[in-house]
Amino acid sequence: MLKGVKVKEITYLQAITEAVDEEMARDPTVFLMGEDIRQWGAPLGEFKGLFEKYGGERVRDTAISETAMLGAAAGAAATGMRPIVHIMFSEFLGVCMSDIRCVLTKTRYMTGAKTKFPATIMSYSGAGVSAAGEHSTCPYGYMMAIPGLKIVVPSTPYDAKGLIKSAIREDNPVQVLYHQKLISDRLTGEVPEEEYTIPIGKADIKREGSDVTVVAIGLMVHRALSAAAKLQEKGISIEVVDPRTLAPLDKQAIIDSVKKTGRLVIMDEEPKTESASSEISAIVAEEALDFLDAPIKRVCAPDTPIPFSPVLEKAWMPDEEDLLKAVNEIV
Amino acid sequence: MAIEKEKLIDMYRVMVRIRTFEDRVFKEFAAGNIPGFVHLYAGEEAIAAGACANLRPDDYITSTHRGHGHLIAKGGKTDRMMAELYGKKTGYNRGKGGSMHIAEVDIGILGADAIVAAGIPIAGGAALSAQMRGTDQVTLCFFGDGATNTTRFHEGVNLASIWKLPIVYVIENNVYAETTPVSYAMNIPNIADRAVAYGIPGKTVDGNDVLAVHEVVGEALARARKGEGPTLVECKTCRYYGHYEGDTQTYRTKQEFEECRKRDPIPRFRKKLIKMGVLTEKDADKINQEMLEELDKAVKFAEESPFPEPRETLEDVYT
Repeated sequence: MLKGVKVKEITYLQAITEAVDEEMARDPTVFLMGEDIRQWGAPLGEFKGLFEKYGGERVRDTAISETAMLGAAAGAAATGMRPIVHIMFSEFLGVCMSDIRCVLTKTRYMTGAKTKFPATIMSYSGAGVSAAGEHSTCPYGYMMAIPGLKIVVPSTPYDAKGLIKSAIREDNPVQVLYHQKLISDRLTGEVPEEEYTIPIGKADIKREGSDVTVVAIGLMVHRALSAAAKLQEKGISIEVVDPRTLAPLDKQAIIDSVKKTGRLVIMDEEPKTESASSEISAIVAEEALDFLDAPIKRVCAPDTPIPFSPVLEKAWMPDEEDLLKAVNEIV
Repeated sequence: MAIEKEKLIDMYRVMVRIRTFEDRVFKEFAAGNIPGFVHLYAGEEAIAAGACANLRPDDYITSTHRGHGHLIAKGGKTDRMMAELYGKKTGYNRGKGGSMHIAEVDIGILGADAIVAAGIPIAGGAALSAQMRGTDQVTLCFFGDGATNTTRFHEGVNLASIWKLPIVYVIENNVYAETTPVSYAMNIPNIADRAVAYGIPGKTVDGNDVLAVHEVVGEALARARKGEGPTLVECKTCRYYGHYEGDTQTYRTKQEFEECRKRDPIPRFRKKLIKMGVLTEKDADKINQEMLEELDKAVKFAEESPFPEPRETLEDVYT
């Protein structure tokens, strides 16, 4: 991936900071709005230092007003700015969902392309830190059903930096969902020293294999890679496909992999019903059924709220064992 | 404040243009020529005309489901608007939005939005953008009485007040949020009193007196342009038609309806202009006639325009 370029090792959190910092330095119309970004650089610290560097005009603390922030992002984006809105935990997106669903994403269409909305929404997603039911959600499935919205879900520092930079440059609204456990686990990875971006809408093959395709999203990519290493010892070759962008989804990359392996498991940290996994299953069933040698398997969370107690939360989250079991059922 | 004669006549023309447009929409909708639903602005013309007469072409407005009047007052063309209502390709939104979503950003119409109060945060963003870009553009944000009971109102006005954003909020208090009277939905006599909660000026004005609206909004705009922050202007008015076409208005008494008609802002302003010597009866009649002719042309344009191609359904989701 990074052959022939000078690299450095950074954390997932640093990747987020660097992406926003570089884009703010590059383009004076980029600005950031959010709660607690001045004192804390947001609750997990991903914007630390930006207030000192760019000032309160462009790194703008808001009141607790998600609805006003989202609407303001639309108004500012329609009139020449590139706002980034930090809506902390992705369950809070529900507070301003009407402004995402109606104002930000539908208006371009409804006005017959009179407007464009280069706005980026950044939120924490995901469980694994005992944050309970309102601070742990991965809202993939229901956000994929919003026409006009692009959604990126980075699983590594490299992807986080490259995708967030592209999101900020994008002329359409983009939701960035970064996993809070990858921040708290201090995941590190290599990124180029030099500037780079990653195109939105392109999946990444995180591991090549020939027996089973595992499509994994966000944190699940790491669990899938770990399971794949174990399965390799047993002689089962797993291909791990990370969509990276959920909307627009790189269908072709998934279908091409399924054509090669003939087997598909989707590992998605969401309750099964109406999730990213539902949509990916439906696409493959519709467009590549003839290439499947076994039923599609889904490794998802159960259809319940996310529990608090670490024991319950661990039982709730899809893990390596769940994936090994699913693979063993179809090979 | 003396207003130039030409500007007074323009305001009158805008009011008549709005009324003629709405009366014609009423007729064409009843005849089944306009799909969907329409919310008519008739009776409230003095607000859009008086407020927008203060604006520069590069200023912004946000509008509502009852938005035809705002769009006309900001310079929207009646033929392109009518074509949009008819769902035609030549409409402002190429038939994708209809009555409730007309936008024309080039002349500062950021768009009508049919989610109640959605325009309040949007106006905040446009005003923030103007402030950050260092221009002195202002945003005029229209909404109804019902919108002031929403989260968006509180959050939007609060943020605008702490950031001193160049906005004038124009509340069109037409007594009803759909069927629910203001007297039921809030515990205060004047909505402008809510300004106190944000530490900004709040003014209540007769929304059927175009010169009063023009003056109060003009002062608020001047204040906004100087960087002194937002103002809440409540314009008390009443609507001629129902919430939407088809509303039987069983919640309004005949007497109330008649009183509303007696307050009609257009004959009132006409009389005043004639008394001031700005217009003669003949001049005023001529304007009415010109607007009738303009609307005949607008309807003809809409009728003769092509519908969009079905394939256009798939266009414009992304830039």
